[in-house]
Amino acid sequence: MDRSHDRVMKAQRSTQRWLFALPIAFLTTFFVYPIVRIMAVSFSGDAGIVDSFSTVIRTASLRGTTWFTLWQALASTVLTLIFAFPAAALVGRYQFRGRRLFMASLTVPFVMPTVVVGAAFLALLGPDGPLGVDLRRSVTAILIAHVFFNYAVVVRTVGGNWANLDRTTEEAARVLGAGQWQAFRRITLPQLMPSIRAAASIVFLFTFTSFGVVLLLGGFGINTIEVVIFREATVNLDLAVAGALALIQMVGVAGAVYAYGRSGRQATERSVSASGVVLRPIRGFPARFLQLAALGISALLLAVPLGGLVVRSLTVGGGLGSANFSSLFSPDRTAVVTAPWQAIFNSIQIALGATVISVVIGTLLALAIAQRPTRLSSTMDALVMLPLGTSAVTVGFGFLVAFDWPIDLRTSPILVPIAHALIAVPFVVRTTLPVLRAVRARLREAATVLGASPRRVLALIDLPIVSRAALVGAGFAFAISMGEFGATAFLVRPDRPTLTTAIFRLLSKPGDATFGQAIAMSVILMVVTASLVAAIDRFRVGNLGEF
Amino acid sequence: MPAKEVISPPSRAPPLETGVRMRLKVPLAMAGLALVAAACGSPATTEEGPQTIRLLTHDSFAVSEGTLEAFEASTGNTVEIIRAGDAGTMLNQAILTKDNPIADVIFGIDNTFLGRALDENIFQPYTAEGADTLADDLQADETVTPVDFGDVCLNYDKAALGALGLSPPESLSDLTSPAYAGLLVVEDPGTSSPGLAFLLATIDEFGEAGWEQYWADLKANDVLISTDWEAAYYGEFSGGAGQGDRPIVVSYASSPPAEVIFGDPRPLVAPTAVVEAGCFRQIEYAGIVTGTTIPYAAGQLIDFMVGIEFQEDIPLNMFVFPANTNASLPQEFVDFTTIPAAPATMTAAAIDQGRDRWIRAWTEVMTG
Repeated sequence: MDRSHDRVMKAQRSTQRWLFALPIAFLTTFFVYPIVRIMAVSFSGDAGIVDSFSTVIRTASLRGTTWFTLWQALASTVLTLIFAFPAAALVGRYQFRGRRLFMASLTVPFVMPTVVVGAAFLALLGPDGPLGVDLRRSVTAILIAHVFFNYAVVVRTVGGNWANLDRTTEEAARVLGAGQWQAFRRITLPQLMPSIRAAASIVFLFTFTSFGVVLLLGGFGINTIEVVIFREATVNLDLAVAGALALIQMVGVAGAVYAYGRSGRQATERSVSASGVVLRPIRGFPARFLQLAALGISALLLAVPLGGLVVRSLTVGGGLGSANFSSLFSPDRTAVVTAPWQAIFNSIQIALGATVISVVIGTLLALAIAQRPTRLSSTMDALVMLPLGTSAVTVGFGFLVAFDWPIDLRTSPILVPIAHALIAVPFVVRTTLPVLRAVRARLREAATVLGASPRRVLALIDLPIVSRAALVGAGFAFAISMGEFGATAFLVRPDRPTLTTAIFRLLSKPGDATFGQAIAMSVILMVVTASLVAAIDRFRVGNLGEF
Repeated sequence: MPAKEVISPPSRAPPLETGVRMRLKVPLAMAGLALVAAACGSPATTEEGPQTIRLLTHDSFAVSEGTLEAFEASTGNTVEIIRAGDAGTMLNQAILTKDNPIADVIFGIDNTFLGRALDENIFQPYTAEGADTLADDLQADETVTPVDFGDVCLNYDKAALGALGLSPPESLSDLTSPAYAGLLVVEDPGTSSPGLAFLLATIDEFGEAGWEQYWADLKANDVLISTDWEAAYYGEFSGGAGQGDRPIVVSYASSPPAEVIFGDPRPLVAPTAVVEAGCFRQIEYAGIVTGTTIPYAAGQLIDFMVGIEFQEDIPLNMFVFPANTNASLPQEFVDFTTIPAAPATMTAAAIDQGRDRWIRAWTEVMTG
């Protein structure tokens, strides 16, 4: 018995190593190495690392910036969790008409260019807006926008996990006389905690490194560390100070990730239904109330600003019309933009590339981490989050100094989807890991006792479950790439116009027509993304049902 | 370079008749060529045959379809455009890769960043064919060739100022008078290139001793600061496509013609206009990257960029003015704007030395 146990352990270890190989190679090559190289370059100038740090520490405003960066991220995370929870509960428990469309359209905020969203929010938060208060250039505006952008993270991560919970314990509790609230608090909520913590950590890191929203809505004098890094690197051209700030930012992020990892030690055995998803129809007062609350919040938060954009895109010279769209597609469109079809095609191509890379790497990582708790797996569990908290300037410039040898990849088109994948991998890992960990240890043990090798356990139990969960991450990865988060702006790249660069081009020219066309292009981006995310959500693996 | 009188700028001449080969026909040019070669520290540049020229440029670079293709057809070269983000990002990328360049030609570094580029020696000396047709006051250094310029100027909303019974400001000082309180929106020089240009205009106007006081007065007069041009123009400005409530904005001299060209419906006159005082001239340069293996072809591209065809294509694509004095302007650029007669200018070196300090001091004044 002992010897066979040893053999199993050994096989498990080798399976885990084998699973880790590719993700570790990927993260080392495309994340750790470029960062080390750019840091080396940044601190090799006249101002060394010590000088740069003392400059940073002496600059009085930086303490304020660090403090603000931290508290606004914490506040944004808590607010997003609160506002998004009803919708997570709704999609996690109930089947209703339009559920899939609802889930897909939640990702739209993710892809909207900050400038466009900023314009929508400024219209709503101005003195003439529906709120009637002037919230422009305030921290409140930043917090509202952060909830808007991250709403989907919580709904899809927590809701997706919820739908996959094994309901037998909860039902048993109800049968034994527990009330609905009691059953939720004692049974369901603890089961949900891993996914809640996963969503919270992503929202925290995203808002900790917030850039466009802060610049646009916060007004003058409100900065995050990310904003200051950008200024130092691209306006003051002081890479040493930028590098020192980027290091401080990374240390902060690593600390947060470490704390997150430690707090998660206790949470292990959760249950997940291996047989697919059971959703109930909406019946009774509590369910209807939940639906009303969830849809109401979503409408206020998402539909109103996005709807405003759609209306604006259809507004032509004071009346309604489709001229903004037709002029985009007409051959004599204003010189500045390539054909929308070309931009749509390029964007989708890049986004699919990023999705494939991040799903492969992320799934392998999640499988490896879930194999056995080792030091390596807990390190990787934390390390994978770092790209989310690393400044885009650092990554972009890092690629530039790192990849000229052995093959010159610096201007290669593949760096763009890779940069997007770095940000998307944490999503795939965070959405799949809670589910994987929840695979009842019993299920695996049973398989092992019955003589299945670790690889067979992987193929028969882990893989089917992980592939369902990975679809949630895939949707995010696609949306992230379509919206081109920060990193791309700091990469040199071949001249391939995408939807976001076309919007940028249009917005950089004055004139009613170009502004209208930019908004129309954003609406196209919205529609293309939502439909493709819906398609990814629909994708079924075998006959495992929906996620 | 005496050869220049002999050579008219041939934007579409067959390859054998352009560039260095042509100069060789003029004996006097031999001496000039030797000088150029000596300055490069490399053997005399000769034709390399058809090449792929990598052109590094910023996100705002745009040309009409067919323009670069004409260059490719006439020289046999291929142009590969590489995008780099904004001008500051692009400069940093060029500096980081200067030992193993990613491009042969860089276009779009402006005079606010040029000093740093020259310090880092990212360009090698080159005198474009047809350089004598470029406006004299745009020339900066033997390594770079001016391609276009744009004046950053105050724009105002004609209707809104009229409704307030105000005449447009005539000087920067007017903006600190109570009549103009709460009307102006500017961009943060720490994040925005027109914002930096406007700050330089005020430093030029009021001098080292006075500019901080001027900004303190503007602040007291409720000036609004936006992050970037898009946020200021679309979000806060009331004129044209703007959706805000501030009738005066820091923008470009080319913005009023753009309001006409992209107006919807196209207006008969521009809804906005330019204040001629307090403008700052941004000049964009092109240069051959130090260490390129194809200096001859790179030079051909720069020659093309200052030739008539490319120059006349610039205004409607990038909304700046051509550097070539022979290039004619689109009618809207003649009718709806003025090129300020005496915009503020500063040497690249002066800007480079002051920029960091000025931005920090400005930030202090405006947040303090």
